[in-house]
Amino acid sequence: MTGPRLVSILRQGSYLIASIHTALDDTQMTAFQHDLVERIGRDRARGVVIDVAALDVLDSFASWTLRTIGEVARLRGAVTVVVGIQPEVAFAMVTLGMDTGSVHTALDLEEGLEFLDRVVGPRRPAAAARGGSA
Amino acid sequence: MSSTQGTAPTRATAGGDGLGEDQLLPQLVAHLREHRARLRDEWSDRIQRAGLLHAMTPQEMAAETTSVYDNYVEVLETGSVEALQRYARDLSERIIPRGVETHEVVGIVLLLRDVLARSLFEKYQRDFGLLNRVLDAYEPAANRIANTVAVSFVEERERVIRQQQDALRELSTPVLPVRERLLILPIIGVLDRERARQLTEQLLTGIRTHRARVVVVDITGVPEVDESVANHLVQTVDASRLMGASVIITGLSPKIAQTLVTIGVDLSKMDTIGDLQGGLEEAERLLGYRTARDDGTAVP
Repeated sequence: MTGPRLVSILRQGSYLIASIHTALDDTQMTAFQHDLVERIGRDRARGVVIDVAALDVLDSFASWTLRTIGEVARLRGAVTVVVGIQPEVAFAMVTLGMDTGSVHTALDLEEGLEFLDRVVGPRRPAAAARGGSA
Repeated sequence: MSSTQGTAPTRATAGGDGLGEDQLLPQLVAHLREHRARLRDEWSDRIQRAGLLHAMTPQEMAAETTSVYDNYVEVLETGSVEALQRYARDLSERIIPRGVETHEVVGIVLLLRDVLARSLFEKYQRDFGLLNRVLDAYEPAANRIANTVAVSFVEERERVIRQQQDALRELSTPVLPVRERLLILPIIGVLDRERARQLTEQLLTGIRTHRARVVVVDITGVPEVDESVANHLVQTVDASRLMGASVIITGLSPKIAQTLVTIGVDLSKMDTIGDLQGGLEEAERLLGYRTARDDGTAVP
């Protein structure tokens, strides 16, 4: 991938924070899914936050991919929460009959992290410390 | 009354009578002023016979017909409709709230036009050529007056409607933060498509602005809901969930509840609670609040 990064995946304790910075086409979306699922295993993540606040449109393929990531992540032991869906995007999605299925949603990154703390237990500082060797 | 027979130079060729075009209107105006009382009464009489303006008392009618008459003649004289426009707007403002309809306003102006035209016929019936030219001068001015009054009335009415719509729009969906992360949207009045759309917009932006986690939408004040609006509500609830907020609908009247079940809107995903109080209690529970009295006893 050339130019500025379209997606960043950061580790924060036992969570992964994936931010999508710009609209992705289907290939890029699939690559993103692949990378993220890969990272879940490598970093032994227990929670994943996908931040889509920068997107002003979420098409059916993108929401399908988000759903898939959620299911795959669950099978690999991580809870996924999608955050930052904008009001217009949210309404457009339901109008077009799309949803995020079993994937959780939260207002923004902060709320998403709080949600993960509630669901998978608070972030363990130990995990962060151990992170280097993971 | 004008008696400038053939003296002034005229723009258009005058007829046998020697009256120039630019003297026709003044003469006509003078005639209408002279017979003001008679013509006005005849006009009022015809308004009454036509059954127009029954929203007004006879005294009001007399006052208004006099002003309209004078304004009318003045426009004929000066050719400027501005004063009339002002007057018509002012009049419309006064009579619109009383339920005067467009056809009535147009009707009375056309009646006046007719009454005056008839009096001109009567006056000039011996000189057909002159009558023709008088009418040529009178008709365009009269048409412009009718046009002005009708347009002013309709514009005024549209202005009132717009104003009311704006007021309604501002009133319709207040978004009220009651606690941190908790919003209430009380909805009063009929929910139509437009209002439902607004509601969605306000709700979703409200969630973002107030970082709400729970929203209570109270529809106690909504008399009825149709299928499209119900579906819209369901979509709004789904969209709110995508933004990480739960929506609780409260105050579904028995009638609305019956309707929704009858028309088969899928409300299984909607969280509904009988009244606003219950909705607030549930919302506080979801947010982890626990209400207690001073003596420590819990409030259910």
